[in-house]
Amino acid sequence: MYRLLQHKKARSWALQSLVLLVSLGLTVSFVVIARENLLSQGIATGFGFLERSTGWPINFALIEVTDRSPYWRMLLAGLLNTLLVGLLGLTFATLFGVFVGLLRISSNLILNIIGTTYVEIFRNVPLILQAFFWYAVLTHLPSPRSAISIGEVIFVSNRGLILPALNFPLLDVLLLGLGAVAIVFGALQIKKHSSRAAPYVWPASAALLVLLFLLLLLTGRSPDSPLVTFPELRGLRFRDGFDIKPEFSALLIAITVFGAAYIGEIVRGGLLSVDRGRIEAGRALGLRNFRINQLIRIPLAVRAMLPALANQYVWLMKATTIGIAIGFPDYFMVVSTSINQSGQTIELLALLMLGFLLINYSIGFFMNRVNSRLEIKGKGPLVDG
Amino acid sequence: MAESALTAPAPDNSLAQWLKRRLFANWWDGLITVFFGAFVLWVLFKVVGWGFVDAVWSLENKDQCREAAGACWSVIEARGRLILFGLYPYEQHWRSTLACGAIVATMILSCLPWFWSLRRLPLLWVSGFGVFVILMYGGVFGLPLVTTEQWGGLALTVFIFAAVVVIGMPLSVALALARRSPLPVISKLAGGIIDIVRSLPLLTILFAAAVVVPFVVPDWAQGDKLGRVVLAFAVFFACYQAEIIRAGMQSIPPGQEEAAAALGMKYFYRVFDVLLPQAFRNTLPSTINQFVITFKETSIVTIIGFFEVMASGNAAVGTGNWTAQYVEVYVFVGAIYFLFVFGLSRYGDYLEKKVRLGVA
Repeated sequence: MYRLLQHKKARSWALQSLVLLVSLGLTVSFVVIARENLLSQGIATGFGFLERSTGWPINFALIEVTDRSPYWRMLLAGLLNTLLVGLLGLTFATLFGVFVGLLRISSNLILNIIGTTYVEIFRNVPLILQAFFWYAVLTHLPSPRSAISIGEVIFVSNRGLILPALNFPLLDVLLLGLGAVAIVFGALQIKKHSSRAAPYVWPASAALLVLLFLLLLLTGRSPDSPLVTFPELRGLRFRDGFDIKPEFSALLIAITVFGAAYIGEIVRGGLLSVDRGRIEAGRALGLRNFRINQLIRIPLAVRAMLPALANQYVWLMKATTIGIAIGFPDYFMVVSTSINQSGQTIELLALLMLGFLLINYSIGFFMNRVNSRLEIKGKGPLVDG
Repeated sequence: MAESALTAPAPDNSLAQWLKRRLFANWWDGLITVFFGAFVLWVLFKVVGWGFVDAVWSLENKDQCREAAGACWSVIEARGRLILFGLYPYEQHWRSTLACGAIVATMILSCLPWFWSLRRLPLLWVSGFGVFVILMYGGVFGLPLVTTEQWGGLALTVFIFAAVVVIGMPLSVALALARRSPLPVISKLAGGIIDIVRSLPLLTILFAAAVVVPFVVPDWAQGDKLGRVVLAFAVFFACYQAEIIRAGMQSIPPGQEEAAAALGMKYFYRVFDVLLPQAFRNTLPSTINQFVITFKETSIVTIIGFFEVMASGNAAVGTGNWTAQYVEVYVFVGAIYFLFVFGLSRYGDYLEKKVRLGVA
């Protein structure tokens, strides 16, 4: 018996060492070959290239980048683009998805039919096809010369949607967003920790937010430029104004429409998962429908939805990479262009993986926080990973 | 009698009553029905008008497209072969059609419960896939050789899907078994691979396989680009499918494996005769869902530069004459995907119901 155990142990040790050796060997050989290839092309390994200027531009960025910007700045711009289109897409898809989910469970047959048709059409066609489609629709709009105008202020053309611009750089918009999150978070903390009711907290945070906005507005622009500029057609294109490029809009529409179909099904599943008995109990207590929804159905449904929703968010965030197909410079597109241009394959691939790991783990972390906040105490965690 | 006074009246289940309940439950509901019913009719009217009534159907009449208010389906007649077959040699298109038919037949046959065993199903898929490759690649039985660079259109989409499933399935079983292995090095390694691959977008993995692998792998081990991309796709599929199988195995009471071990069954038989059949059965709906997702995601290889049905659809509208007919072409390509994906997911729903009722 002892010898058998010895034997088995020895065997498992041998197997594990072999696996370890093989995987180590493969890794080392990859690195060696990559280094050789790089040396033969005269490319230095390491992250030094991040300081070099790129020599190519991108057509959409939140921070100012030109073809003379260094690589790190270009990569940052790409990452911000991914975050922007991802977060906006998730928000719109969620709002729209809730609506679709409600259509799907409505007792009205017509609303049911609309919801089901929507879900079946947009869920069963690949996201990339939808992105191509919306991009084609947007680029087949009239040219700037014959742009569709809304009150001579907003113009829709094949170059994108052009709005009057508040002279407020996009970086400031991001800062404002971050500020808003911080203020709301702080307000919630104060509310939670103050022993008395604190009625001043919300008006005070609103005032703080307005103050932050004004501060950014005044400091963010050069003093002699006007506060609002209106778009104006000069020659073949619009000058001034704030334009939303069709690449961005098409990707955003595709993610919203596609995501809403999936999120609609999650919402439907969540709402249907609420035990009938609990709703009947609410009714027996004399609660009105609105209060039943507010106190029983929605809180329980949200708990049931969260794990699936977290997965869906991660999935949609990753799906933004198809933006490259229609020319939206997201993180992946910037990285792949960088690889083509600089040849720093391994380093850039590592940065690419790092970026997506960071994004995914942030979503996971955030959803876990929300989940543990909402969780019915005394039960195990609902989200894994 | 007191009893009859207490029983509820039998619910009126006639069609009229059902419609009344679903359409005009109260005045508010009625208002919604009328308003949205009108909206649905209007959309239906528009779609039918565009797609059928006002449409131009044949290539001879393509000059009418400019004036016609409806769809110009002439583009499908003109470009259909390009979309469906890509750059595959014109005289050999029948082979591409037959090959796709072989995979579709394989898919339909695998829906028959008779094939649901760990011996028959792999055999079915490997032979279906083999027939596909022989038909497409040729070089035997007097069929002229057609290299993978010339593969395209629907056949390439179907090839990628089938190859990913055929390679990915055994790989996923291996990964799932490795992850629950008692040997720490093996389970950590499998877990690490699965977690990293799952947190990366498919596109980045395919891109790495197409562009980066030639950089880190010696020339003799590279294979062609299509092979590398399919292999990477299969690994991606396997990492997701492995988690599904693992969940399926976890749902089996540990007593079963212990009992099998106590009966003296070897590891191989414990896994393939006790654990896996049940694990697959328990997770059939998720597995089919994974197939559905995989079929849709084959479209991503367009970005890497392959000429599958999405890319050939793009090419069909990319060239001068037909740029205005992009809606028709995208609807056509979308309908092809829809046919496969909708069919599969309906079948998944049906299975899920059966599993829930304990019939399957």
